Amino acid sequence: MPNGYETVIGLEVHVELATKTKIFCGCSTAFGGEPNTHTCPVCTGMPGSLPVLNKQVLEYAVAVGLASNCDITRYCKFDRKNYFYPDNPQNYQISQLYLPICRNGHVDIETENGKKSVRIHEIHMEEDAGKLIHDEYDDCSYVDYNRSGVPLIEIVSEPDMRSADEVIAYLEKLRMIIQYLGASDCKLQEGSMRADVNLSVRPLGQEEFGTRTEMKNLNSFKAIRRAIEGETERQIDIIESGEKVVQETRRWDDNAGESYAMRSKEDAQDYRYFPDPDLVPVSISDEFISDIKAKEPEFREEKKQRYIDEYKLPEYDTDIITGSKKMADIFEETVKCGADPKKVSNYLMGETMRILKEKELDPQDITFKSESLAKLIALQDKKSINGTVAKEVFEVMFFEDIDPEEYVKEKGLLTVNDEGALRTTVQKVIDENPQSVADYKGGKEKALGFLVGQTMKAMQGKADPASVNAILKELLS
Amino acid sequence: MANIISDETIEYVGILAKLELNEAQKEAAKRDMGSMLDYIDKLGELDTDGIEPMSHVFDVKNVWREDVVTNGDDRENILKNAPGEKDGMFEVPKTFD
Repeated sequence: MPNGYETVIGLEVHVELATKTKIFCGCSTAFGGEPNTHTCPVCTGMPGSLPVLNKQVLEYAVAVGLASNCDITRYCKFDRKNYFYPDNPQNYQISQLYLPICRNGHVDIETENGKKSVRIHEIHMEEDAGKLIHDEYDDCSYVDYNRSGVPLIEIVSEPDMRSADEVIAYLEKLRMIIQYLGASDCKLQEGSMRADVNLSVRPLGQEEFGTRTEMKNLNSFKAIRRAIEGETERQIDIIESGEKVVQETRRWDDNAGESYAMRSKEDAQDYRYFPDPDLVPVSISDEFISDIKAKEPEFREEKKQRYIDEYKLPEYDTDIITGSKKMADIFEETVKCGADPKKVSNYLMGETMRILKEKELDPQDITFKSESLAKLIALQDKKSINGTVAKEVFEVMFFEDIDPEEYVKEKGLLTVNDEGALRTTVQKVIDENPQSVADYKGGKEKALGFLVGQTMKAMQGKADPASVNAILKELLS
Repeated sequence: MANIISDETIEYVGILAKLELNEAQKEAAKRDMGSMLDYIDKLGELDTDGIEPMSHVFDVKNVWREDVVTNGDDRENILKNAPGEKDGMFEVPKTFD
């Protein structure tokens, strides 16, 4: 970034809540159904239909608010945000303007530049819109209302962030809080977490904010980083050339690596909010709040500390494992089955992360049973299988529901623990490789490795390399 | 009439409401809106200091439902309300951002 300027960023983050039903009707929120099969008169905006609030939405919203240090608005209401667009069948979105459910919170983040607190202006509840599909050839658009009425919370931060690193740390923090609460899976790629970036630049030392733009369509951390860098540069260029930044909404095109102004809808942004007369006010009691507080899970920071204290894991391990609630759950369940914590951690950080990365999967997509991982580790502990075989079995286990104990028996992968057989094979290898034996005896340590390899090969991989090593050394001494 | 609605205002309201009015309709709408605002002004004569704005006439709160799926697939009936239909979707005039 050119010297002399500071980037100022605030975020609006939409999170799709993990409820079974929509916010105001009993339609399913399941993803991927045939178009319009999860719809009813309420979520298609039919006249005369009446919305009724899903209590779970309120509970999730309050839980997120409490976990992000917000004040809970004890008396809150829903408002109508009026605009015409075919994905919004009522011609208004039910949202909260005047009395949002949570206000004045903050979360603490940490980047290379140290710790800081990012303030949360408010969190409000609202409904999602349907999905518009455009046909290139027809002069029509098509609407699927399955998503219409899916509950969202919008988390609005104060303009407290100054870099892409801080933005990503903030989003990660929110994501961890929400995932641990079970309030959403927060997948950026699939749109269950969406971030709009409000960004302006100002000369260093200037108090007053510059003119900001709002950037939409950011569906990965990488896209967010690139968009922030691109927009910062664009605004500085405008200012340097003596012109003025225009306040507008821009759409980020990640393939092109640039943004363009979205054609402003013909009307100005005039949403004419007013209280929704179909929904009665919500009054939140002390009991409601204490119930939610009581159900609060162990959050990431607490978990990390406990893993260090209780399981003696290195901090590095705890950081990776707790980076996903799912991974932490697997870790704890596997340890509960009797596996050594560090060995479980190694499987999660090593093989699991490798496969996830290779297949571009999210930890939440993991399907193998913790019990199976525990069994696999036990097989290795008992030296029933060696490390190479264990890795192979793990890879199979990752994609197929197999019982590792059964599997290694069926496939004949068990290590041969018959010392007599092993000794016979080792002796045979020694006899067949006089040159290597001579090399080893002549001081070439490497030759021993070759002999171990030959023995493993003769045993079809089903031997414990450490035992082979020991027997070889003994016979060659 | 105390409230005079300007041409710009009626034009703007027309855009927000997605209505195209001819000249005669515009004049009539200006008159109607003016008299409505006159009536609202009457309410403004009351002293409402310290009174919370009311959004509901009934003293009811906390009406909610449990998070249980109660609706099944009723697409066939729902689509009967669509202006047009294709592949199970509502067909609408081409709309782009």
